[in-house]
Amino acid sequence: MGYKHYIVTCGGTACQSNRGVELFDALKAAVKAHGLEDEVQVVASGCLGFCAQGPIVKVLPQDTFYVNVKPEDAEEIIAEHIVKGRTVNRLLYDKEQSKINVKVKDIDFYQKQFRIVLRNCGIINPESIDEYIARDGYKGLERALFEMTPEQIVEEVLKSGLRGRGGAGFPTGMKWKFAAMQPAGQKYMVCNADEGDPGAYMDRSTLEGDPHSILEAMTIAGKAIGASKGFIYIRAEYPLAIERLQTAIKQSHEYGLLGEDILGSGFSFDIELRFGAGAFVCGEETALLASIEGRRGMPSPRPPFPAVKGLWQRPTVINNVETLANIPVILTKGADWFRQIGTADSPGTKVFALTGKVNNSGLIEVPMGTTLREIVFDIGGGILGGKKFKAVQTGGPSGGMIPAEFLDTPIDFGSLAKIGSIMGSGGMIVMSEDDCIVNIAKFYLDFTCDESCGKCAPCRIGGRKLQQYLDKICSGRGTDEDIEKLREISDAMTKASLCGLGQTCSNPIKSSLRYFMEEYQEHIHEHKCRAGKCQKLLTYSIDPDKCKGCTLCARLCPVKAISGEVKKPHMIDASKCIKCGQCFSGCKFNAITRS
Amino acid sequence: MAKMTLADLKKLRESKQQAMSERDPSNKDTQVIVGMGTCGIAAGAKDTFNAILDELEKNNITTVLLRQTGCMGACASEPTVEVIAPDMPVVIYGKVNGDVGRQIVREHIIGKKLIDNHIVDRPALDIMK
Repeated sequence: MGYKHYIVTCGGTACQSNRGVELFDALKAAVKAHGLEDEVQVVASGCLGFCAQGPIVKVLPQDTFYVNVKPEDAEEIIAEHIVKGRTVNRLLYDKEQSKINVKVKDIDFYQKQFRIVLRNCGIINPESIDEYIARDGYKGLERALFEMTPEQIVEEVLKSGLRGRGGAGFPTGMKWKFAAMQPAGQKYMVCNADEGDPGAYMDRSTLEGDPHSILEAMTIAGKAIGASKGFIYIRAEYPLAIERLQTAIKQSHEYGLLGEDILGSGFSFDIELRFGAGAFVCGEETALLASIEGRRGMPSPRPPFPAVKGLWQRPTVINNVETLANIPVILTKGADWFRQIGTADSPGTKVFALTGKVNNSGLIEVPMGTTLREIVFDIGGGILGGKKFKAVQTGGPSGGMIPAEFLDTPIDFGSLAKIGSIMGSGGMIVMSEDDCIVNIAKFYLDFTCDESCGKCAPCRIGGRKLQQYLDKICSGRGTDEDIEKLREISDAMTKASLCGLGQTCSNPIKSSLRYFMEEYQEHIHEHKCRAGKCQKLLTYSIDPDKCKGCTLCARLCPVKAISGEVKKPHMIDASKCIKCGQCFSGCKFNAITRS
Repeated sequence: MAKMTLADLKKLRESKQQAMSERDPSNKDTQVIVGMGTCGIAAGAKDTFNAILDELEKNNITTVLLRQTGCMGACASEPTVEVIAPDMPVVIYGKVNGDVGRQIVREHIIGKKLIDNHIVDRPALDIMK
């Protein structure tokens, strides 16, 4: 027999610094004082992801959730809840505070996340079609095949207000409608699984955790637009996702959920995988189609749009993985249900890959309209090491940096565009005071320059020029004119580039110039990098009072710029120093200063 | 299995739904579910899986069904392991390396005690319920 009660108290970093350890001890002492050691186990947990209201205490198996618990409250929890079976009301989480709760009643009251796309991830065995089916899998397809006409399916998706989750946010229903309107004949349904943003991995996780949801959605889309053939374009760097998709396709064939005459409905649809070599530009739809056709992955001008002339000149719909994962739920639960979640501009949820200088990095799914503060501080548990928040980069290399003043902006497609960033595919990289804005703008630009296909001049040449100017600023040789040049070239690229890659790759520069101009100015006029990231702007020196003459730094220095006798203070020769920082991180006496 | 009709699919869903809610497939009363997405595997989920399997064998436990699932999003806590045992609350453990995996078998499954410092929460309510 187990215990009658388990009291779980948060042992996460944030809560520990909020008297969490004392609380744990107080609960244990109270259990002992009441002689309940055989009935109650007090357990410290990892972070329960609700740091804003911590420390929290959960009493299992009732699942009572107490917040802001102080060590002084321990006795009351034991005496009232455990002994008398009465909930300690004053410590319960105030339901009124949850904005999500107001919109959708059946959401758990304290959790900020709401999972539609990731509904099965981490719950079902991705290699078992039966488990997918048990959780209402292929129910949306049932409706689509037996209860709805293609027009009704398109109408339902239009009504849901679902917008493309790959980045641009184009209404999915419109895309389907355009393709459905084309004369009957060979049409194609393509799933874009060429996830390329540095730091974004929601598509990979969805395919790995719930592959059947994509197969179901593509089949539904196939019926809606009149396509009998689907392709999933996935990067070869995702071997596990590929393996699970292959398993899923095989199972669906065996069950008759793919192939000829699906479930006896008369509708036939099949899906094949196409592997990409991992080029960023192949996420752009015209380049992606070129790659599937076996040509070099380069974008071509639109119009004609793929919905009119796509794969092999036939009407083609291309939807991103996350977009598709919403479709079965929209058909099962209805467009009206879907519209209740999120904002009017952007219904539904968005998955973000929360990474960078944040405590609980991970994959999160929140209703549109959740604020950045809720994401970074409540779900993410705040900044690593208690450092100061500087900015969030959304939308990967095509997005912008969002400073602290916009932390309370509810995020959806429209609001992010207004503050100079984009939703993008949902990478969200958190930066702290230890990050240099100019250096990060350069990091993203280096990435897009590497990935530019080189077809159009604005992107190919403009990108390189931007790189050179940023390089100049980062090494302390920048001038005020360089800032003007950055602006000028950025604008030209946005106007003249052929595809999204060139049009948006200057967004990190534009947004950082807008919000963090003073950091650029410091680099240019004071030759200073406040985060200490721009190596060429740093100078290292040895404090003779602290130096013990241990010779470690001299031995570490790769260019022999440090000299000195044993047990006597050492010196750095600035003309030889390459500013690698090895002496700085190696010194055991903090004798080396960096400025 | 032969190709299904609509009626077959509905029947299959019903029977599987029952099996999942009972959480008792084929006389196993306990389930241990290891997160095996790329993130989990990169964090060592395969070692965890093998360690749990080994510890179960060492202790001659045959009532545990060891399963895998995808990433549940708690990447900072990978590898994650969910334990559904009789008379115990359903718990998800994070940062479960091989040793913690063995500890789960000995303390949680055999000893009916929860393990300190590893419990995490499922990040969101299940909308399918």
